[in-house]
Amino acid sequence: MIVIENASKTFDGGRTFAVDGISLTVRDGETLALLGSSGCGKTTTLKMINRLVEPTSGTILVDGRDITAGDRIALRRSIGYVFQGIGLMPHLNLARNVALPLRLRGVPPAPRRARARELLQLVDLPPDVYAGKYPAQVSGGQQQRVGVARALAGDPDYLLMDEPFGAVDALTRDRLQQELLALKARLRKTGIFVTHDIFEALTVADRIAVMHAGRIEQLGTAAEILSRPASDFVRELFGKPARQLQLFTDRTS
Amino acid sequence: MTFLQFAWSQRIEFGEKVLEHALLTGTAIAAAILVGVPVGILIARRPAWRGLALGVAGVLQTIPSVAMLALLMIPLGLGWPPAVTALVLYALLPIIVNTLAGINQVAPDILEAAEGLGFTARQRLWMVELPLASPVILAGIRTSAVIAVGIATLSALIGAGGLGEYIFRGLSTGNDRLILLGVAGASGMALALGAGIGQIERGLKRRLHL
Ligand SMILES: Nc1ncnc2c1ncn2[C@@H]1O[C@H](COP(=O)(O)OP(=O)(O)OP(=O)(O)O)[C@@H](O)[C@H]1O
Ligand SMILES: [Mg+2]
Repeated sequence: MIVIENASKTFDGGRTFAVDGISLTVRDGETLALLGSSGCGKTTTLKMINRLVEPTSGTILVDGRDITAGDRIALRRSIGYVFQGIGLMPHLNLARNVALPLRLRGVPPAPRRARARELLQLVDLPPDVYAGKYPAQVSGGQQQRVGVARALAGDPDYLLMDEPFGAVDALTRDRLQQELLALKARLRKTGIFVTHDIFEALTVADRIAVMHAGRIEQLGTAAEILSRPASDFVRELFGKPARQLQLFTDRTS
Repeated sequence: MTFLQFAWSQRIEFGEKVLEHALLTGTAIAAAILVGVPVGILIARRPAWRGLALGVAGVLQTIPSVAMLALLMIPLGLGWPPAVTALVLYALLPIIVNTLAGINQVAPDILEAAEGLGFTARQRLWMVELPLASPVILAGIRTSAVIAVGIATLSALIGAGGLGEYIFRGLSTGNDRLILLGVAGASGMALALGAGIGQIERGLKRRLHL
């Protein structure tokens, strides 16, 4: 379980609130979508959970423990993180990149390699073709998938994914979303999935947290949010794609 | 006797002088790497010390070579010790500067990923920063090595041998061919060293896929 209690983060000595007093709970085995437009504080929220960013105020609990109580290296190794900027090591081939979390833990090379190949296959990058390639030799969308495989490598209980399929084409994205759902059903990961795509949020998440200007406007299941939007912002956010879809259906039928 | 015939007649002694020269600069560069790279890493971590380290290394470079040798002779006497020390002091700046620059040029999203995955500071240094900085560090070593080969000709003045001996012997006896031999030897060595290290740099970049 991940619990955030009234956490805030300010930059520039308190002038900008990147995150403004948010509280939320991600239940065990649940995937929570963090949905919101650019600059609303999604990445900052994720980074606070693995202590890449220290909150200005508030408390965060992972697995019932205050994250500031323990060692931050151990915390980070226990959480799979897909970075918005991907951050693959350019001097390591894709298999070695995927295996990094295992290498940090001292897993021997042979099982490490086997696991990396398995994960590359899982994200639709056949290892026979891709294991030996380098990040600069594959597309942005393929790099992103390697980033997802790397986050899964250490088999962490927690997954933080920051727009993991942002650079992937619609078809592949669809397949990866389905993979993620299957994986979730199988492995019961607890995680947060950041996206600004409503349909992606509806597909992958058990519940959705709508963020706006550093705050959480509404947190609930898709049905709850659609039927009872808590603010004009939420209504507008979900209303527009629905109207577009309606318009499209009207025109084509 | 043409110059080439003259050079041929000198080949045994020339070989010895080349070896002395190479040993002198090689030792100095090795020592400068052992000092300069850690200093570069240190000031990449602690920006507060940057001014001091770069200032000291910078000032050292502005001291004229002959003056530097003279100064070092006071505590160190004649021969190898002051000669090697002088070369080390000149070689430090490019190595420190390039180590710092090489570490600083590593992309922030790579460092953030390393941190976020739970690398310790030491793992990040050895597994990410140093490999990615290595071609830039090597470029600094190349600059230092080329400078050192040139300056090492002055070591002959204080009895440390090397190709400079030809130059100074030629100067004192008015023998142009001796001077030319020393100059050609030192320049050739600097060129070859520069090209050789440059080649390693390119190979390293290819291997690292940069
Ligand atoms: N290191 C920083 N220094 C100053 N301001 C920052 C810093 N990091 C983030 N911010 C600001 O905090 C706000 C939230 O940033 P954040 O990266 O969390 O947004 P986001 O929701 O992830 O946006 P996007 O969808 O574009 O990735 C933004 O206004 C951003 O400019
Ligand atoms: Mg973001």
